[in-house]
Amino acid sequence: MRLASLATLIRSKNAGPFSLTFDIMFADQESYFRVKRSGALNANVFAKLYHCAPETVRFFECDNALAFKFSMPRPIFQGDLGDGDLHGGQQFAPLMEVEVS
Amino acid sequence: MEEIRFISAIGALGAGVHASSFEEAMSHEPHFIAADAGTTDAGPYSLGGGQPAFPREMVKHDLTLMLRAGRRAAIPVLVGSAGTAGGDTHVDWTLDIAREIAAEQGLTFRAAVIYSEQDKSYLKGLLRENRIRPLHPAPHIDEEVIDRSIRIVGMMGVEPLQRAIEAGADFVLAGRCSDSALFAAVPILRGFPEGLSWHAGKVSECGTMAAENLGKGVIFGQIRRDHAVIRPFGPGLRCTPQSVAAHGLYENADPYLHKESSGTLDLSRATFESIDDVSVRIKGSTLIPSDTYTVKLEGAELIGYQSIVIGGIRDPFIIRRLDSWLAGVRQRIEEAVAEVLGNTLSRSQYQLIFHIYGRDAVMGNLEPNRATIANEVGLVLEATAPTQEMATKIAMLSRQPLLHHPVPEWKGSITTFACLHNPAHIDRGPVYRFNFNHVALPHTREEMFRTKLVDLGGSKAS
Repeated sequence: MRLASLATLIRSKNAGPFSLTFDIMFADQESYFRVKRSGALNANVFAKLYHCAPETVRFFECDNALAFKFSMPRPIFQGDLGDGDLHGGQQFAPLMEVEVS
Repeated sequence: MEEIRFISAIGALGAGVHASSFEEAMSHEPHFIAADAGTTDAGPYSLGGGQPAFPREMVKHDLTLMLRAGRRAAIPVLVGSAGTAGGDTHVDWTLDIAREIAAEQGLTFRAAVIYSEQDKSYLKGLLRENRIRPLHPAPHIDEEVIDRSIRIVGMMGVEPLQRAIEAGADFVLAGRCSDSALFAAVPILRGFPEGLSWHAGKVSECGTMAAENLGKGVIFGQIRRDHAVIRPFGPGLRCTPQSVAAHGLYENADPYLHKESSGTLDLSRATFESIDDVSVRIKGSTLIPSDTYTVKLEGAELIGYQSIVIGGIRDPFIIRRLDSWLAGVRQRIEEAVAEVLGNTLSRSQYQLIFHIYGRDAVMGNLEPNRATIANEVGLVLEATAPTQEMATKIAMLSRQPLLHHPVPEWKGSITTFACLHNPAHIDRGPVYRFNFNHVALPHTREEMFRTKLVDLGGSKAS
């Protein structure tokens, strides 16, 4: 199943001008723990999707918020020449397609 | 004092305080009112250009509601990161609004104005003493970077705010300030636990974003010795354990550890529980004190001046070889610039960037589906140069190459680019970049911030 059909919110955003952060949130424990148990989300999967080194990716499983979080350094710092997403808000689409078994 | 109560009037001063929710929350007798006015999320323009991101009328509207309510209840009002970036000019802009409100509303109050812009020679001194440390990731800095910065601010913690409250301020107007510190300062001063105070601030500083649903309203916080309670006031708004826990993730790289000047807020053992339909009880948040007091630095420098051209391409022959066609266009622009401006502008002094909407303008190198292109693509050409005049000329020189660069499949003269505007270029003025992601280690907790007391309104008017 696609991650987008299990999650209630998949979003990206600046975490300050130098990092991007991605949140994947769920409405209920069942969906959240299904994804958690499946192992579909981890730093390596993210690094492959976002063309970065796995050691630069921070990954969190937040049980009390029923949420996963990834953070990565911004490829281009916010607002610098070439940056096409000032708020970092439209960087999450590749995560929607992650397959959850 | 068993509990301390506060209102977070709005997530960003100038976004529009919801008057009826605010009044309803006021009836629950808060001990202070606070609102954050700043963010880096709007980009480096505010810090570099000295401009606020919200219109003056809306900031005045919000501040009027807060100051009137504050005076009526005789409780302090705190505003931090004034004018979006918290530079001295942003603080003075907000102070001017407060002065106007005092006169118009017949209010008399004492303002503590805390400046946080940093002196360049002071920062160079810290740098030489190895008292400026990079966060991750950080751009390179040296004395030259400090010199060419337009404005550098230090982010204050609770201490300068607390000194202002102790000095009897009715209105604390702070330059760049930790969002959470605005809410933690008074509770910590009154002896409430640091972890809960910072956490309650963290949850409240974005206003109703900690609620489950979006809507107009305010956040009301109560901090006690062993727990804090957060609730919204606003039509249909409610906080749930999940919404409050989830807000800890928002715009933070780490959901559990939040670095502040005096320590690290640790939420890894925090618990959240519903106590009624709209309120959430928080427990277990702690502040791990830091050995070293740090002040986060934010700086902006001028990149140059910009002019842009917006248009589109629909010809499938061009779209299927877009990169090579644009490389040809770029080369012709560069040749034209060399011919016209070559004496004054070398190739390394200006930048030409194509943003290709419909292909990868939004995600750039992160785009996984670069091969899938729509029927038409939108194109934004950015020309950036040391002066506006040069940037404008480069943009003007770009029009002919975009309009008439040959397409091998077609014989004869064609027009290859759909310009959106006449003139085809738009001057954007100065553009800036953030150039610090560092912390300073001051010698004392006070030396980076300057406070002045100003009596506003009434016979005490200054």
